[in-house]
Amino acid sequence: MPMRKVMKCNEAAAWAAKLAKPKVVAAFPITPSTLVPEKISEFIADGEMDAEFIKVESEHSAISACVGASAAGVRAFTATASQGLALMHEVLFIAAGMRLPIVIAIGNRSLSAPINIWNDWQDSISERDTGWMQFYAENNQEALDLILIAFKVAENERVLLPAMVGFDAFILTHTVEPVEIPDQEVVDEFLGEYVPKHAYLDPAKPITQGALGFPAHYMEVRYTVWEAMENARQVIEEVFDEFEKKFGRRYYMIEEYKTDDAEIILLTMGSLAGTLKDFVDKKREEGVKIGAAKMTVYRPFPIEEFRALAKKAKVLAILEKDISFGISGAVFADAGRVLVNEKEKPILLDFIIGLGGRDVTFENLEEVVEISKKALVGEKVEEVNWIGLRKEIL
Amino acid sequence: MMIEIRFHGRGGQGAVTAANILAEGAFLEGKYVQAFPFFGVERRGAPVTAFTRIDEKPIRIKTQIYEPDVVVVLDPSLLDTVDVTAGLKEGGMVIVNTEKTKEEVLEKLKKKPAKLTLVDATTIALEILGLPITNTSILGAVAKATGIVKIESVEEAIKETFSGELGEKNAKAAREAFEKTVVYEL
Repeated sequence: MPMRKVMKCNEAAAWAAKLAKPKVVAAFPITPSTLVPEKISEFIADGEMDAEFIKVESEHSAISACVGASAAGVRAFTATASQGLALMHEVLFIAAGMRLPIVIAIGNRSLSAPINIWNDWQDSISERDTGWMQFYAENNQEALDLILIAFKVAENERVLLPAMVGFDAFILTHTVEPVEIPDQEVVDEFLGEYVPKHAYLDPAKPITQGALGFPAHYMEVRYTVWEAMENARQVIEEVFDEFEKKFGRRYYMIEEYKTDDAEIILLTMGSLAGTLKDFVDKKREEGVKIGAAKMTVYRPFPIEEFRALAKKAKVLAILEKDISFGISGAVFADAGRVLVNEKEKPILLDFIIGLGGRDVTFENLEEVVEISKKALVGEKVEEVNWIGLRKEIL
Repeated sequence: MMIEIRFHGRGGQGAVTAANILAEGAFLEGKYVQAFPFFGVERRGAPVTAFTRIDEKPIRIKTQIYEPDVVVVLDPSLLDTVDVTAGLKEGGMVIVNTEKTKEEVLEKLKKKPAKLTLVDATTIALEILGLPITNTSILGAVAKATGIVKIESVEEAIKETFSGELGEKNAKAAREAFEKTVVYEL
């Protein structure tokens, strides 16, 4: 029987790692993720988990050790956030290029300067071009589930790409909620014994990994990463199906909430999606035709699902906790690519919100709706809007 | 109906743990729960805020709590520096760890609650635990005053959080506070 316990998201992530049975966990502590490796090392010390825990001197080494472990042919896991993920940056490309299905749990946190330990998505969003798949969790249960899903998708022969699972700093990492911990046997059935489908170290069959790629080959190798990411769409759907059959919980690339007759749809990722659902209920009671959508998968970008969602809305408002300076939020920029050649498309608006742990309140969401309503009746509004800015201190 | 509780304490008094244990206790009774700290960089002695939500259905909202049903104050000195009743709902309740009288406490509150609950949790904690850590004793007062959770569930949640003798002692502190809590309808 699955066990239900009240726990922090960091603990749920550690439980997911325990259930996935990686052979190597290499990690360096950083707020707000520290509890993940802490809990894992506890599991290992108590003999509940059979993995090599490698204590390293930096995140660069943590991910490098994971690359080494994965290239040697075992399942590898780590956790980090913010500057820690940024320090991993160059190795992330290597992991993807070598097609190593490593999974990282990210306690999504802002980037310095100024130093800030609180939530936004700038850390993982900034790694969107590394060739890693990206999943974002709404709550602690989703974080646990998505880590298992991430391993399953990453290790699929048609994919073989690493994956990161993001969950919001403090809003999830340090929040306790009831979490269902699946049975080990069912997880074992779901994930299967780790058999590397990628190139790996085999003394009987010596190979070179991560070798030099000359201009005659480099582009083709990069193309295979592109292809793998394209394949991931289908594989993710299949794994979502299988996950539902095994564990009874359903995931969608984009989960919609009360969108069918909605004029305004608010799309976001992560924990804010939960708040949006309660907010939509409130606005519906007031007679506003509004819906919400949660993007669970950010890479590969759910192109078809996004287009289907866009068809339902007159105004599609993207609420995102990241900024690509000089253009817009990253999700908004992507959404533009997805809709650019569509004949019919909604008005697309971008709302930069909740950076550096600024609480996203119903008052903020009212502001988003007000601007969206103006756009709905044809008034000109800004495409990129910063919500909840304290203009008096600017 | 969702019940929202806000805890005010000082770093080291265990306000965050209190919020978590209360959630655990309600969870043991089959409720949906959520508890989280106001995400500060905690330092001993600095004001700390923590939150608990309890509901019959899954809790989706992730904002901080701005209009609590119940406010719990672990450190009486906070009444002088923090507006603990900020946003308190009409019909809301304030629970204070203090040795002062109802009148003395009311004088310090900016907003008059519908119910005021007083308990000298510090003395109880010092007697039973030998430390002025009031997070478990104050939960006895929360159980008594609100009826959100049974004292038995609080005791069980405490024992799940702290193992062995520490758990027993803290559960005893909660029970003692439960017995000594005084609730005033205002």
